[in-house]
Amino acid sequence: MNSGATADAAAPLLDVRHLCVDIAQGPRQLRVVEDVSLQVQRGEAVGLVGESGSGKSMTAFALLNLFPSPLARVAGGEVLLEGRDLARMDAAQLRSVRGARVGMVFQDPSSFLDPLMPVGRQIAEALVAHGQVDGSRARVLELIDLMELPQAAQVALKYPHELSGGMRQRILIAAALAMKPALLIADEPTTALDVTVQAGILKLLTRLRKELDLGLLLITHDLAVIAETCQQVHVMYAGQIVESNAIEPLFDRPAHPYTQGLLRSVLSPQSRAHDLFSIPGGVAIAGQWPSGCRFHPRCPIMRPGLCDTAVPELGSSGQGVDRCHLSGAPEAIHAWG
Amino acid sequence: MTAFTSPPMDTAQAGPPPPVYAKPGFRQRLLQRLGTRIALGWLLLVLLLALAAPLVTAYDPLSGGDNALQPPLSAGHWLGTDDLGRDIWTRVVYGTRVSLAVGIISAFFAVLIGVVLGAIAGYYGGWADALLMRIAEFFQTLPRFVVALIVIAVFGASLAKMILVIALLSWPQLARVVRATVASLRQSQFVDAARVAGMGHGAIILREILPNVAAPIIVIGSLDIASAILIEASLSFFGLGEPNLVSWGGMLNDAQQYLRSAWWMSAFAGLAIALTVWAFNLLGDALNDALNPRAGHTP
Amino acid sequence: MISFILRRLLHALPLLLAVVVLNFLLIAFTPGDPILLLVGDFPAPPEYLEQMRREYGLDQPVWVQLWRYLAKVVQGDFGFSFAAQQPVATLIVERLGVTLELTLTALVFASVGGMVLGVAAARMRGRWPDTAIQTASSAGYSIPDFWLGQLLILTFAIGLGWLPSQGNSSVRDATEGFAGWLDHMRYLILPAFALSLRYLALITRITRASMLEVMGSDYILAARSRGASEWTVVVVHGLRNAAAPVLTVIGYNVGFILAGSALIEAVFAWPGIGRLLFESISRRDYPVMLAILLMVSATVVVANLVTDVVHRLIDPRLERT
Repeated sequence: MNSGATADAAAPLLDVRHLCVDIAQGPRQLRVVEDVSLQVQRGEAVGLVGESGSGKSMTAFALLNLFPSPLARVAGGEVLLEGRDLARMDAAQLRSVRGARVGMVFQDPSSFLDPLMPVGRQIAEALVAHGQVDGSRARVLELIDLMELPQAAQVALKYPHELSGGMRQRILIAAALAMKPALLIADEPTTALDVTVQAGILKLLTRLRKELDLGLLLITHDLAVIAETCQQVHVMYAGQIVESNAIEPLFDRPAHPYTQGLLRSVLSPQSRAHDLFSIPGGVAIAGQWPSGCRFHPRCPIMRPGLCDTAVPELGSSGQGVDRCHLSGAPEAIHAWG
Repeated sequence: MTAFTSPPMDTAQAGPPPPVYAKPGFRQRLLQRLGTRIALGWLLLVLLLALAAPLVTAYDPLSGGDNALQPPLSAGHWLGTDDLGRDIWTRVVYGTRVSLAVGIISAFFAVLIGVVLGAIAGYYGGWADALLMRIAEFFQTLPRFVVALIVIAVFGASLAKMILVIALLSWPQLARVVRATVASLRQSQFVDAARVAGMGHGAIILREILPNVAAPIIVIGSLDIASAILIEASLSFFGLGEPNLVSWGGMLNDAQQYLRSAWWMSAFAGLAIALTVWAFNLLGDALNDALNPRAGHTP
Repeated sequence: MISFILRRLLHALPLLLAVVVLNFLLIAFTPGDPILLLVGDFPAPPEYLEQMRREYGLDQPVWVQLWRYLAKVVQGDFGFSFAAQQPVATLIVERLGVTLELTLTALVFASVGGMVLGVAAARMRGRWPDTAIQTASSAGYSIPDFWLGQLLILTFAIGLGWLPSQGNSSVRDATEGFAGWLDHMRYLILPAFALSLRYLALITRITRASMLEVMGSDYILAARSRGASEWTVVVVHGLRNAAAPVLTVIGYNVGFILAGSALIEAVFAWPGIGRLLFESISRRDYPVMLAILLMVSATVVVANLVTDVVHRLIDPRLERT
C-alpha cells in the first residue's frame, strides 16, 4: 500500500496491513473496520480522518488491542511496530509494548485521568509499570516542563479536577511520552477542548514530533486539525479507507467524491448562507452497508450497474490511492459541480 | 464539518411516558431466570399453606400431647414434635400466617406512608421537604430491631403493634426514593402541560407522576416484606411475639434449649424463614431487573 | 476538614437529642405508673418511691421532667437498675468490651471478605464463579443470623465437636498468653461468623456492582495503555474509585451489626451488651433497655459521621464543597 511518502529506505515505524475489526452483536460478528492499511514513519504525522461511525477510533484501539468494549476484537490483518506484529502478541508481550514503545492520548482528558490520583503519579505510571522507578520523579518534572507547564513540582501534586482542560490534555500527553515511545497515537486529542486551547495542543504535538522524532498517528473528524498537523492523510468511510495521499495533493486535488464533499462542507470565514454545503443522506451504518461501493447512495456521480454492485478496490491516482470506480474520469474531478 | 441535513428533532412529549410495567416484555423479563420462577413458586406455596392450613395439617398447632421430642419420620409426625409434643409440620404451616401477615401488611403501610410523605416532600419542596427529610433521617438512624424490641417490650406484644412499629421504621427509605423521583418529574414538560391545562395539584400527582414512581416502589416493597419477616422472626425469637400465635421465630426460641436433643425443632422453622425471605429478596431483584431494562445490567 | 467535622456534629446533635427525647417519651407515656416502670418488678419501699417521684420531678410539668432527664443523661447517669442492683452505666461499661470484640470482628470479616468476593465476582462476570458468588450472596442475605448461629452450633459444636457453643472463654483452665488467646478465638469464630454473614453478602453485592461500573471507566483504559499491570489497574485504579459506595454501606450497617449482636449473643450466651438487653427484657429492666437504645443510636450517628469523614479523605474532589 503505497501511501505516497517520499522515498524512504528505512522500514516504517508502524505498518498496518489489511486490518479488520469485528464487534460481536448477539450471535453475529459485525465488521466495523475492513481492510485498513497505513504506515507511519519516525518523525512523521499521519492523519486518519472520518465522521463518527467511520471506524477510525476502532482502528486506533485495535493497534494496541485496547478496546473499550469487551465485544470488539481484531479479526484479521497485521499491526507491525518496528517489525513485530502487535496483533499476534499475548497479554504480557503487549503490556511490555504499551507505554514503552507506543503511547496513546485520548479524547476527553477529564474522563481519561483517574480522579483520585495526583497527576504526577499518573504520568509516572508507565515508568513504574516498566520497572523504571528510580529517577521517575525527575523524569515527571522534566516531562511537565516539556509540556510547557510552569511550576512543574506543584502541578505534579495536583488532582485532575484542579487543572483546566488544556492542562489535563498536556498531562495525558506527558503520561503517554514518559518512556520515550517511538509512536504516539492520538485519538481526537483536541475535540473536547475549547477552540482557543486546541491550537496550543496541536502546536505542542508538532513540536514534540520534531524534537523527539516521534511518529504521530492522529485520528480526528476535523479536517482543519489534519491540515495543520499532518503530512499524510487517510480518509475513512464506512470502515474502509477511501482515499490516501500527502496533505497538499489531497486538499488541492481530492480524488474520491466523499473527500471532495468533506472539503466542501468545511466552513470558512468567507462562507455565506447560500454556500452551506452538506453531503446528502446519512452516514452508512455498520451491518447495513450498501452493496458495491459503500458511498454510492450518496454519490453524485454514481454509475448504476457499476457502483452499486461491484466493490471498488484501492487504486493509484496521481500521488495517492483512492477507492473509486470512476477515479480519473472527467466527472470525478469535480463530482459535486 | 458537514452541516446537518435536517433540523433537530422536537423532543417535547405529547403526554407522560407510559408506566414501566406496561412496557412490552415485562412479564418475559421478569420470569426469565429460573431462580425467579422457583421463588415465585415457593411464595405461592407459602400463600396456599397459609390459606389452607387446617386442610393440610392434622393437629392443633398450640396444644401439645404426650409425644414430646419425637424425631422426624416418626409415626404420624413427619417433621417430628417439639418439647411440648406439638407437631412441627403443623406449626410450620401455621407459622406462614404470621410471617405473611406481618410481612405484607407492614410493608403495605410503610409504602403508604412513604409514598404520601415522599410525594408531598418532592412535589411541594420548601420547608415541608426539609422537615419531612429530617424526620426520615431520624427514623433511619434508629436501629430498627432494637427500637422494635424496646417498644414491644414496653408496650406489650401483639401482632398489630409489631406491624405498626415495623411500618413506622421502614417508611423513610421509600419516602426518600419517592421524593427524589417526584422532585425530578415535577420539572418535566408533561407536568407543565397538565398545569397549564388547569389540572389541580392532587390530580397531577396522582395521575401524572405516581405511575412513574411505581417501579422503585414495587421493588422496595418486595424487599421490605423480606426484612419485615426477618424482624418479626427476630422479635419472636426474643420472646416478644404474640403468645397465642405460632411464629417461626418463636419456634426457634423454643429450640434454643433443645439443640442437643432435638435439632429438628430448629431446622425446619429456620429453613422456612430463610427460604421465604430469600424468595422475596429474589423477587425484588427480578422486579428491579425487569423494570429497569438496561443493556449490560445483567448481574 | 475541621469545619466540616464540626458542621456534621452540629447536624447530628439534633438527631441524638431526638433519640433521648424518644427515650424519655417511652418512659413517660408507657401505660402504668412511670415510677413503677423505672423501678421494674422489684419491690421497693413506698418512701423510696416517693423520693424517686420527687427526684424525677414527676409532679412537675412534662418539659421540666424532660429537662431533668437530659441533664442526667449528659452527666452519664442513666439511672439505676434494680434488677442488677447497680448503676446502669456500670452494667453497660462492663460488657462493652466483649460486645465490641464480637461486632468489630464481624465487621472486619464482613468488609474484607465482602470486598474480596465482590472484586472476584466482578472480574469473573458472566462466568460460573460470578453466578455462584451472587447466588450465595442472596442466600446469605436472607438467612436469619440467629438461626445460622443455631445451625453452626448444631454442626460444629454438637455434631463435630470442634468448637464450643456457649460463652466466650473456658472457665476451667484460665490459660494465659498465646494459648489463652487461641482458646478464646475458638469461642469467637462461630458467633462472629454468624453475625457477619448477612453483611458479607451485602458488601459483596455492592462491591461487585461498584467495580463493574468503575472498570468500564476511561481512565482504566488509559492506565492499560501505559502498560500498567492487572493488579495496578484493578486495585489501585479500580477498587479505590469503587470504594465510596462500599464504605457508605459499611458505615450504614455498623448500627445494624451492633443491634444484631443482641441475637447472636443470646444464641451463644456471649456475655455482652446484647445478652444484657435480652436479660433486661425478660426482667422488665427498663432503665437498662432504654440506655442501650440510646447507646446504639449514638453509635449509629457516630458511625455515619465517621463514614462521611472517610469519604472526604478518600475523594479529593469533595474538598471543594
